Amino acid sequence: MSAAALLELQDISLSFKGVRAISDISFAVAEGEICALIGPNGAGKSSLLNVINGVYQPQQGLIRFAGRECRAMRPHDAALGGIARTFQNIALFKGMSVLDNVLTGRNLKRRAGWLEQALRLGRAPGEDDRQREAAEQVLAFLRIQPWRDAIVGRLPYGLQKRVELARALAAEPRLLLLDEPMAGMNAEEKAQMSRFILDINREFGTTVVLIEHDIGVVMSLSDHVVVLDYGRKVGDGPPDEVRRNPEVIAAYLGTRH
Amino acid sequence: MEFFFEVLIGGLLAGVMYSLVAIGFVLIYKASGVFNFAQGAMVLFAALTFVSLLERGVPFWAAFAVTLALMVALALLIERAVLRPLVNRSPITLFMATLGLSYVIEGAAQALWGAQVHGLELGISDEPLELGGLLLSQFDLFAAATAAVLVIALSLLFNRTRIGLALRAVADDPLAAQAVGVRLQRVWAVVWAVAGFVGLVAGLLWGARLGVQFSLSLVVLKALPVLIIGGFTSVSGAIVGGLLVGASEKLAEVYLGPWIGGGLENWFPYVLALLFLLVRPAGLFGERAIERV
Repeated sequence: MSAAALLELQDISLSFKGVRAISDISFAVAEGEICALIGPNGAGKSSLLNVINGVYQPQQGLIRFAGRECRAMRPHDAALGGIARTFQNIALFKGMSVLDNVLTGRNLKRRAGWLEQALRLGRAPGEDDRQREAAEQVLAFLRIQPWRDAIVGRLPYGLQKRVELARALAAEPRLLLLDEPMAGMNAEEKAQMSRFILDINREFGTTVVLIEHDIGVVMSLSDHVVVLDYGRKVGDGPPDEVRRNPEVIAAYLGTRH
Repeated sequence: MEFFFEVLIGGLLAGVMYSLVAIGFVLIYKASGVFNFAQGAMVLFAALTFVSLLERGVPFWAAFAVTLALMVALALLIERAVLRPLVNRSPITLFMATLGLSYVIEGAAQALWGAQVHGLELGISDEPLELGGLLLSQFDLFAAATAAVLVIALSLLFNRTRIGLALRAVADDPLAAQAVGVRLQRVWAVVWAVAGFVGLVAGLLWGARLGVQFSLSLVVLKALPVLIIGGFTSVSGAIVGGLLVGASEKLAEVYLGPWIGGGLENWFPYVLALLFLLVRPAGLFGERAIERV
């Protein structure tokens, strides 16, 4: 690995009431790369993402993020440390406008105390403007300004996916976790979403870990691919190398017995 | 005509008292999408604690401060013991938990302070005041002013602060809220503490009116039509709903009572709420549920 690792997982094991979801997985994600997690359904990809941002606490293993090592993440610490994410089944605040959703992403960037905010004193007014400006920039970047004031629950699926990405991006993350950002999209939408992910990666230098089933997209988008099967890691490396790995082919296509 | 206005304003002021109770529900509903069945028990607990301290010779403001501290402690305890283990569970599970909680709090209040009825004197005279030719209750005016202050403070908190946005986020999707760095535990603790404070204020005013006793926890039943009419998610909805309920029940009592029999004000709000459910299920100010199928 050339660049320094931003995220390192070491021997992570996670089980639910005795059912192993992840066993002894280790891998590293270099700063600035796009890393894809692939594998069949139930391989433990989403669980792994949940471990990285602290939704699940693994029973075993170490997580090293940005030079800090810990046994398990907690969602708040992960967010403070610069990890933002999207979810497989879109977890947006459906009753709020697009802009408010994106503003929640900037929640941790606010410094004014609640009394200052309530009375619009001290740091609060300037800060409000800055937050709004930053949110508008994200909306512009992902080209969703026209829907700024729309209630999120009423938007079509593809746009909701983009709003969720916008909310994550608004936090100015160092590490962006995307759980199936292109699920349920048609070819055109997928191409557009790929474009956005690449742009984010290049323009802001954001490290991306994403889960995706479309192998074509994965191969063209990622610098690094990690393959999971039944909670174990079966492949890890650049896309071309992983594609030729017999174990990966077995996991995906099955082997002749 | 003068009589009509007296009834109307008397009703509106009585409605404010309902609103006070309803606001407590709205707070918790906004933060967790759950109807907090224990709100009535919290009102009782606060009022009983306050009046018992007062009877033991504690000065008014000290008693208020101690009770408030107790309500905050209760909120922290509830968050730790009940809400935290139930993170990301369905609203019905949380609702059942508040149901159980209401019995525990009612029981604790009476185990601690006894079950007898206490009179509560807030030092506000209940003599009618003449304003512009209308006779109005001073006590009701005081209650209305208190409610107004509370509502202004709460709407500033919800609409302008980071806590307000976090609160709406938590209610909408706890998992996503955590992912953007909202601390669920803290938001819940804050909300329950504020609901405890509102419960204390409501408990004092209602306690002064009815006497502090077990049936105080049943006052919350009147909050139900208020919430249905105003909408479960809106503080200003709770106020408007309370005013509507108060005014309409008094007017109905006075003007319809002679025709269809007295005691009308006891059930009229529920009929009104039923009509609202048919026509406008989310209430006047509630967030309308959006479903994409």
